Amino acid sequence: METPTHLQERRDASDAAAAEAASAPFVPLVRPQLPAQAPLLVAVLAVAVGALPVVVLGWGPVGGVLVAAVAFLVALPVWSNVVEGPRKATDRLATSLMWSAFAIALVPLVSLLWQVVGNGFPALSGEFFTFSMRNVVGEGGGIYHALVGTLIVTAWAAAISVPVGVMAAIYLVEYGRGSRTARVITFLVDVMTGIPSIVAGLFAYALFVLFFGPGVRMGFGGSVALAVLMVPIVVRSTEEMLKLVPDELREASYALGVAKWRTVTKVVLPTSMAGIVTGVMLAVARVAGETAPLLIIAGDTDSVNFNAFAERMATLPVFIYYSYMQPGIPPEFGRERAWGAALVLIALVMGLNLVARAVGRWFAPKTGR
Amino acid sequence: MAKSIDISDLDIYYGDFLAVQGVNMTIRARSVTAFIGPSGCGKSTFLRSLNRMHEVIPGARVEGKVVVDGQSLYDPGVDPVEVRRQIGMVFQRPNPFPTMSIYENVLAGNRLNSKKMKKAEADDIVERSLRGANLWTEVKDRLSKPGMGLSGGQQQRLCIARAIAVEPQVLLMDEPCSALDPISTAAIEDLIHELKSDYTIVIVTHNMQQAARVSDETGFFNLKATGEPGHLVEFNSTQKMFANPDDPSTEAYISGRFG
Amino acid sequence: MPPTTAPDAPSAAPVVAPTGVRRPGDLVFAGLARAAGLLILVALAGVAIFLTLEGVPAITAPSERIGADNIVVYVWPLLFGTLLAATLAILVAAPLSIALALVISHYAPRRLARPIGYLIDLLAAVPSVVYGLWGIQFLAPKVYPVYQWLVDNLGWLPFFEGPANGRSILTASLVLAIMAMPIITAICREIFAQTPTLHQEAALALGATRWEMIRMTVFPYSRSGMISAVMLGLGRALGETMAVAMVLSATGVITFNLISSVNPSTIAANIALGFPEASGVKVNVLIFSGLVLFVVTFVVNFLARLIAARGAVKGGR
Repeated sequence: METPTHLQERRDASDAAAAEAASAPFVPLVRPQLPAQAPLLVAVLAVAVGALPVVVLGWGPVGGVLVAAVAFLVALPVWSNVVEGPRKATDRLATSLMWSAFAIALVPLVSLLWQVVGNGFPALSGEFFTFSMRNVVGEGGGIYHALVGTLIVTAWAAAISVPVGVMAAIYLVEYGRGSRTARVITFLVDVMTGIPSIVAGLFAYALFVLFFGPGVRMGFGGSVALAVLMVPIVVRSTEEMLKLVPDELREASYALGVAKWRTVTKVVLPTSMAGIVTGVMLAVARVAGETAPLLIIAGDTDSVNFNAFAERMATLPVFIYYSYMQPGIPPEFGRERAWGAALVLIALVMGLNLVARAVGRWFAPKTGR
Repeated sequence: MAKSIDISDLDIYYGDFLAVQGVNMTIRARSVTAFIGPSGCGKSTFLRSLNRMHEVIPGARVEGKVVVDGQSLYDPGVDPVEVRRQIGMVFQRPNPFPTMSIYENVLAGNRLNSKKMKKAEADDIVERSLRGANLWTEVKDRLSKPGMGLSGGQQQRLCIARAIAVEPQVLLMDEPCSALDPISTAAIEDLIHELKSDYTIVIVTHNMQQAARVSDETGFFNLKATGEPGHLVEFNSTQKMFANPDDPSTEAYISGRFG
Repeated sequence: MPPTTAPDAPSAAPVVAPTGVRRPGDLVFAGLARAAGLLILVALAGVAIFLTLEGVPAITAPSERIGADNIVVYVWPLLFGTLLAATLAILVAAPLSIALALVISHYAPRRLARPIGYLIDLLAAVPSVVYGLWGIQFLAPKVYPVYQWLVDNLGWLPFFEGPANGRSILTASLVLAIMAMPIITAICREIFAQTPTLHQEAALALGATRWEMIRMTVFPYSRSGMISAVMLGLGRALGETMAVAMVLSATGVITFNLISSVNPSTIAANIALGFPEASGVKVNVLIFSGLVLFVVTFVVNFLARLIAARGAVKGGR
């Protein structure tokens, strides 16, 4: 079906068509195409090419992978260009580049999880979870004080930001819809999501200095800083969820003579509760891993501190930071504890993420999407 | 540059769901063929399978043969991109590219194949296509304005101009007038009459009067029952279809007793 | 859940929101909601005000307490380092993220797209301090041979003068890029997915390949959204603290040498490193630098949101 001259014919065809030729030219729909396994074939060859310097010149695996990737990205489009023409070649190049980007993005994720689990797992023990670092030099000790601190600080942050965030979202959706104030708030909430965490820490410090004098350190200060970071996330997610509640539900409630505030609390909020909870949990997961603000205002200590309103309070992220950067002598033990704590922190944060999504999926009302 | 289309035993699926079953027909070159039928009977799906636009939807596939000019569209070596170039399509709602001017919209398809076109050649294609779509006199002074600034009917004619600018063999139209007012609809119908001397036109329509006005042949699609796949009930010359159809259910539909 | 709560007032109920009758409960609830909304504005203003209050003393502080001739001389190299690191990070992250977003929205089969999205979201969930750990212990030693190669072969370029060191600003930027990537990807993939099917089908029906279709319809449609997303990523990279503080071996110079042990620091990292031990006016100096960072990130985020809002209005469907 493929005539060797059909390309020439095609060019003739378009010329002829321009002159509105009466006779219909033969236009082949079958164009020369690479076989379906072409990418696979090229990939195998590229891997072989990449393995060459590794075997012959003793390069590291990274160099080999790079050579293979480049070989693939060059060979497939060039082959395609010869057989299928430049348009198809560009398309294949684009597709290859997209998937390479995906592969590149996977590298840090996989290696990071690998490192954290590999380095952190040996540190985990009963002692690790139940002891603080009080009077520990060298081996031993644990993260109990930091765990307690993270829970307290995060709990207070949630206690501040959830009511404020949810109420603000209610204002934006139920009361202020379309008003100028609401538009300004929505816009600034968006801008506020971009506040660097360290600035939030400085803000909390600058605020508490006014009351407690210079050098103030306390867990609650950390909560305030985290709340600054958390509120915009809570507002945004709650707002989205409230908007999903169909107006018919509200109208049905009004039509029964229910007051607006009771409509909001008895109809709108319960309907969107799963989504709001998901949003709050994601926000908690996000701030639980924050380090910089806590470094500034909550500080670090080796002892357990249950009082958020006095004295320094250790938290997991800050513990990780100091254990690694100032590991003591000998440094192995401090670094091992840092990785152990990192594993615990990641497990906490990702666990929260997963639970949040599960809540969102399982308890979502049948209305909405 | 018009071609006939032979369809044999065509089954069209969405995933595991059989949407259209066992279609056989021959669409004649240089004529207008209309498909009518109740909503959801698969006439649009069938239309989209004629230029391999159906498979754009994830999971969608086709079994059977569609042969244009001796070449089966669903043969393994066939390039869907080339098929769509040869078999143009106009959609239900006008869809000019919002970021392009009228001029660029008309040339959008041509630009894909030849990046560097001579200005004179490009101008020529634009004028010829817009004249072909009966739009030239209305827009010739504002070719650099965005295509979205036109009225709905003008936008749809712009889309037709864009489709014929690449000189396809066949023009598929999926309810091209359903989003338009009566005056714009009349303009498009006039255009279809003019285009049929050069193109094979296949049109899906909800509007039976429109089918009667513009088409030479008509196919009636229907569902066997709710949940069953759609199928071709009758395919005949439009005159016969509307005067004396072979199938009683065609008559029932055309006389407005259901659908 | 249908609103079957027993109506306690069978009086004539309007279908629209009952604004005419103001019950006390309504007043209180509305007031609380409004107060919460305004509190957010107050908090944002508070951030600016308190930082200014505590930062201003640094302007008049004696030079020996600042550690530089004056506050501008102190902050400028930090600002330079911040901008350099963030820009490098975005140069890496932006193309990668856009490609990733396209994989999710247009390339991956639907069954794969969701898990891929989750994977990228997972990157966003990793705390920054863990990125710091990973950067200093894993990435820095791994990139060292590459840097050595750059010094040996491209050393004539000012960026690669060397001597090679793994804990350089380029390494820090790579970590920042990984951290900015999930944000940019998440926003881009939302916008890409919103590109009207009509336009995409129009392109395909003209005989466009997938890449041509993306260039004809998806990119023009998402341009402002993409710019906004990249700027939000930039904002994240500008303010990111711990990863830089841990990875970077900073000396506070101004240099474009990207792979040596002599690097500019960033504002955020400098605060994190200096604050715990700072006292007296040094605290004010650090807070002042924080104010500068706040202003820079605020402007970047502000512009990003403005561009997004404009785009949303113009691209009206």
